[in-house]
Amino acid sequence: MGETQVMANTEELKTIATQVRRDIVRMVHAVSSGHPGGSLGCADYFTALFFTIMKHDPSNFTMEAKDQDVFYLSNGHISPVYYSVLARNGYFPVSELSSFRKLNTRLQGHPATHEGLEGIRVATGSLGQGFSVAVGHAKQKKMDGDDGLVYVVTGDGELQEGQIWEAAMFAPHNKLDNMIVAVDFNNAQIDGSTLDIMGFDELGNKFAAFGWEVLYMDGNNMDDILKTNAEAKAKLGNGKPVVIIMKTEMGQGVDYMMGSHAWHGKAPNDELLEKALNQLPETHLGDY
Amino acid sequence: MKNFEISGNKDTRSGFGQGLLEAGQKNDNIVALCADLTGSLQMQHFQGAYPDRFIQAGISEANMMSMAAGLATGGKIPFTGTFANFSTGRVYDQIRQSIAYSHKNVKICASHAGLTLGEDGATHQILEDLGLMKMLPGMTVINPCDYNQTKAATLAIADFDGPCYLRFGRPKWPVFTPENQTFEIGKALMLNEGKDVTIFATGHLVWKAIEAGHILAERGIDVEIINIHTIKPLDKEAILNSARKTRCVVTAEEHQMNGGLGDSVAQVLALNLPTPMEMVAVNDSFGESGTPAQLMAKYHIDTPDVVAAVERAMVRKV
Repeated sequence: MGETQVMANTEELKTIATQVRRDIVRMVHAVSSGHPGGSLGCADYFTALFFTIMKHDPSNFTMEAKDQDVFYLSNGHISPVYYSVLARNGYFPVSELSSFRKLNTRLQGHPATHEGLEGIRVATGSLGQGFSVAVGHAKQKKMDGDDGLVYVVTGDGELQEGQIWEAAMFAPHNKLDNMIVAVDFNNAQIDGSTLDIMGFDELGNKFAAFGWEVLYMDGNNMDDILKTNAEAKAKLGNGKPVVIIMKTEMGQGVDYMMGSHAWHGKAPNDELLEKALNQLPETHLGDY
Repeated sequence: MKNFEISGNKDTRSGFGQGLLEAGQKNDNIVALCADLTGSLQMQHFQGAYPDRFIQAGISEANMMSMAAGLATGGKIPFTGTFANFSTGRVYDQIRQSIAYSHKNVKICASHAGLTLGEDGATHQILEDLGLMKMLPGMTVINPCDYNQTKAATLAIADFDGPCYLRFGRPKWPVFTPENQTFEIGKALMLNEGKDVTIFATGHLVWKAIEAGHILAERGIDVEIINIHTIKPLDKEAILNSARKTRCVVTAEEHQMNGGLGDSVAQVLALNLPTPMEMVAVNDSFGESGTPAQLMAKYHIDTPDVVAAVERAMVRKV
């Protein structure tokens, strides 16, 4: 198996994350639609996952991913960050990012397998399902003695789906200690603050009560992301799955998108795009 | 009218249970998931033989369906088991997004379908499942007629790559198709050749069509009976060939008229060969508690209803 990952250092990861953020705002601007807020908030974690944490092989994508780590995005609407990181990782050409949400694209509004885009293993977008699919893949890896890990990102608002808690019960009961779930806790969903809409006190304790190992992380701090994921990996193999409550800022990196849920599913106009790009200087990787 | 020998009365769900066990023997990649209905689905045989390949999902059907998609992604061939109601309506979005749209090799196995579930009543008697499933692009939909055919269908879907819905039921029902038959997905089966009228039947209603055929033969009507065990993909050629010959048709099924086999046959005929047609199906109604026999009579999907439908169709024949 060719592990093409170069273990990028922290500074390089930050540079990549900046380029990913440029991709995100340019992609949603180009089609005047999509979800920049959550995508920007998760750019650091996605970059760390795909560029250094996960054991995977972008040049040889398979559904099964035998002996490799797999990733599932349960809150599929933050597809821009997913597509950018996949492309920047070599799953498919970076130039294809320009087709996002356009007719005949493989980069559907929400991730899908239907058009055969490398890196995507199941369609997500209808919330709550991706978590369960990941649990199924984790179960398969356990059954087959495959030492690959399963990584999941789920939204915080998404936790309002009952299916999440079905999966949250199943995984510890079945000792799926080969999965790390990150909850994107940005306290924002379409209708407002997640805690106002359906507050969950002591979220970590809820997962702990279901039998999960619980960690907390600043999802916009690269040093903390790397440190917490090392801790998470160390906790695996002991009969419990791991959940990371990942505090992020919606819109992170673009000042006018931060501090509210307004940019959950809205694209910037020409003027605001320029403003965003000025805050995200182009990197040596170059725009798509 | 041909005579069909009955080798016994068995429930179709038991055919599934035996088929699953044999499929499991043949292929190590087959895994089974069940949502707390192992005995009802007759999955205890597989569970006993292959405990490490049996996954108890608990009463969490949504999670079960999506997990099956994940298991399939990892290379397994998952068979999910629960009642037809909880296999379809309850988890439609999970099937649509995680299984059908994502084209996962999941076998959705659904028992206790239709009115013949009996006393549990309308909450459990789903009559909409075939319609729900056949509307999904890429979904194969199968509704076999007796124990032997259900077992054969279970083995066939194990060898087929793609999402499948397999529907079966609870009551003991006449077993009249061959033991160890080969099941060809999408291939309608000619049961009785006739020249006056065609009955296209599926599931439990195939036997009712045969009973009706004998009654009609005594009245001098030569009935062609075709078993449509695969609702999708539909054997259009078999339907058109028969309709061309008999020039009037009846469909018979344990399902709503809206969205069932009748709709599918009507679409083929309307687009290709408009033909007088009658449908035996539940007419826009929920079921209720009762014995299977009482319910089939009350909701007009019994032998006399098939006979009456044939006579109506014959009158309309041009």
